[in-house]
Amino acid sequence: MKELRLMKGNEAIAEAAIRAGADAYFGYPITPQSEILEYLMAEKPEERTGMVVLQAESEIAAINMVYGAASTGKRVLTSSSSPGISLKQEGISYIAGAELPCLIINVVRGGPGLGTIQPSQADYFQATKGGGHGDYHLLVLAPASVQEMSDFVKLGFDLAFKYRNPVLILSDGAIGQMMEKVELFEQQERLKYFDPSWTLTGKTSGRSRNIITSLELDPARQEKHNLRLQAKYRQMEEVEVRYEQIDCDDADFIIVAFGSSARISQKAVRIAREKGLKAGLFRPITLFPFPKSEISSLADRVKGMLSVEMNAGQMVEDVRLAVNGKIPVEYYGRFGGMIPTPDEVVEALEQKLVTV
Amino acid sequence: MAKVKGAIVVDIERCKGCELCVVNCPTNVIRLSRGVNSKGYHYAYMEIPEACTGCENCAIVCPDGVISVYRVKI
Amino acid sequence: METKDIIKPENLVYTKTSLMTDNILSYCPGCGHGTIHRIIMEVIDEMGIQSEVIGIAPVGCSVLAYDFMDIDMAQAAHGRAPALATGMKRCWPDKFVFTYQGDGDLAAIGTAETIHTCNRGENITIIYINNGIYGMTGGQMAPTTIPGMRSSTSPYGRDVITMGYPLKITDLVACLPGTYYVSRQAVHKPGAVRKAKKAVRMAFENQKLKKGVSFVEFVSSCNSGWKMTPVDANKWMEENMFPYYPLGDIKLDGELIKTQSKKTADHD
Repeated sequence: MKELRLMKGNEAIAEAAIRAGADAYFGYPITPQSEILEYLMAEKPEERTGMVVLQAESEIAAINMVYGAASTGKRVLTSSSSPGISLKQEGISYIAGAELPCLIINVVRGGPGLGTIQPSQADYFQATKGGGHGDYHLLVLAPASVQEMSDFVKLGFDLAFKYRNPVLILSDGAIGQMMEKVELFEQQERLKYFDPSWTLTGKTSGRSRNIITSLELDPARQEKHNLRLQAKYRQMEEVEVRYEQIDCDDADFIIVAFGSSARISQKAVRIAREKGLKAGLFRPITLFPFPKSEISSLADRVKGMLSVEMNAGQMVEDVRLAVNGKIPVEYYGRFGGMIPTPDEVVEALEQKLVTV
Repeated sequence: MAKVKGAIVVDIERCKGCELCVVNCPTNVIRLSRGVNSKGYHYAYMEIPEACTGCENCAIVCPDGVISVYRVKI
Repeated sequence: METKDIIKPENLVYTKTSLMTDNILSYCPGCGHGTIHRIIMEVIDEMGIQSEVIGIAPVGCSVLAYDFMDIDMAQAAHGRAPALATGMKRCWPDKFVFTYQGDGDLAAIGTAETIHTCNRGENITIIYINNGIYGMTGGQMAPTTIPGMRSSTSPYGRDVITMGYPLKITDLVACLPGTYYVSRQAVHKPGAVRKAKKAVRMAFENQKLKKGVSFVEFVSSCNSGWKMTPVDANKWMEENMFPYYPLGDIKLDGELIKTQSKKTADHD
């Protein structure tokens, strides 16, 4: 039954994982997302739904535990923050190559290296351009509220199994730590059916053995495999794009922002409008597939776009690609854990686009 | 005590001529052939079939599992 | 009695188990992998658990083990097989889960996963093939390469001062309370193969007890990497590897076997 609660973003992820009928969570502590593992341990979901929670010896071990469990068809997830997600890249590449469903959550902190524990959005490239080696994509969801932290866990699992592909929730330290009200969804059933065409559940006499691997030494076959993966990603681009538009209908200038930057930019749009500036906010929800055609259409009727992000300029490249030179595209950001204020965003909009 | 006689059948095409069966046969039955299989390996065969007791040692130690063993009491 | 009279279906006493696929093994002539694959499949066949087994192939010469073993298998990243096994076994506590790993996989890059999986006492079987060299990548030094042994990255012989000592990881994991059965075997002679198969059988049966990891090391040869014939490689292994890695049970029923001499019951 649905339930309204005041929760921290990280806790909402954890509670949603239990309610989504996850079979297991494997994780490792790292700030600012350790509450996910802590909440799960304290909740004892083994008693609620039979869900396994295990603290692994490293992020590398955790992603490989996910790989193992996912290869048997189970609904599993892991979470970490930037440096830990870097550690997981090999495992993620394997999971994508082997076409397994799973959910990975990145509560992004400032980098590079050990960086800071403050929020950031500097893992956009890592999340959307592959991150690990080889030609693959994760389906990337960017929540901008604690409500979306909860909802995207269920959505993420559904999409992961729909495409047999890993799904990444790209959050940040601000959303992970902030408290907002959440309407939690009903408890879903744990999986009872395991597709015999690929899941490793033990070879019965009724079928040939299933092999989960990302190895293919024959280049012609490996190319065919890659073409199949690419077709999958094109399909995602066709039907899974998600975004939100606020005040874009009559806007002259559009701010493009995701996650916490979108929350800040939403306020910036209001301030701008009060000053007589017709600004609007375009918030991509799926970072892959990126809302290219929607942004391209907007570029046909507005005067300029400003990408606002907590990094040195990553999503702006995708905005520029989508706009394809039709109108000016500028970028404003803070990094290293600094968070822009709405006033800074308005000032950037005025200086970089309006007065030019 | 009943006497036992044995014989082995080697899958010649899968034999890689590693000679582990040759050195582990307790009655020195097996040798590598002068001829080769289609992969170019000298394959194992019973040089002294009368001495085979069907003890299975060769088959057990064969990495490629190419040997089948037959045994009969006489 | 003539040979042709002996070779009759009713006289068949041994043939390769049907749980090995028909694919020709990609291993070098004389390589222990083939023998070890076969005894594992024989055990699974005899226990009747083909439909309950999930195996994990490593990175190494045996990366394609799933082409030869007719069971459900996953291919793991280098060193991570015990993590995969943990994920699988935690979700399917009644399946038989085993890893099959080489010395680089288990004792170099996978050291953390090996130790922590054993430390947690996962109810799995770890099959560890130690041939003191990295076969697949062309014969480089392994953590278990013995002092003085030549390899492509220790061309003048392993120098312990700069390269460290052979890592006896089996003895390390035996000290962890999470390991229930730890044994070291070989497949160079028929007697050894028979003993090894018993060890593998115990390692799989133990999963029913849910008392921790069953860990079986196989000291094996790599005649390609060592640049010897298979027969010479086995001899060299007996003379040089066995003193570092003596055969026999190291831990039985959760108890370390106290003195080396008590192991004589297990090997010649």
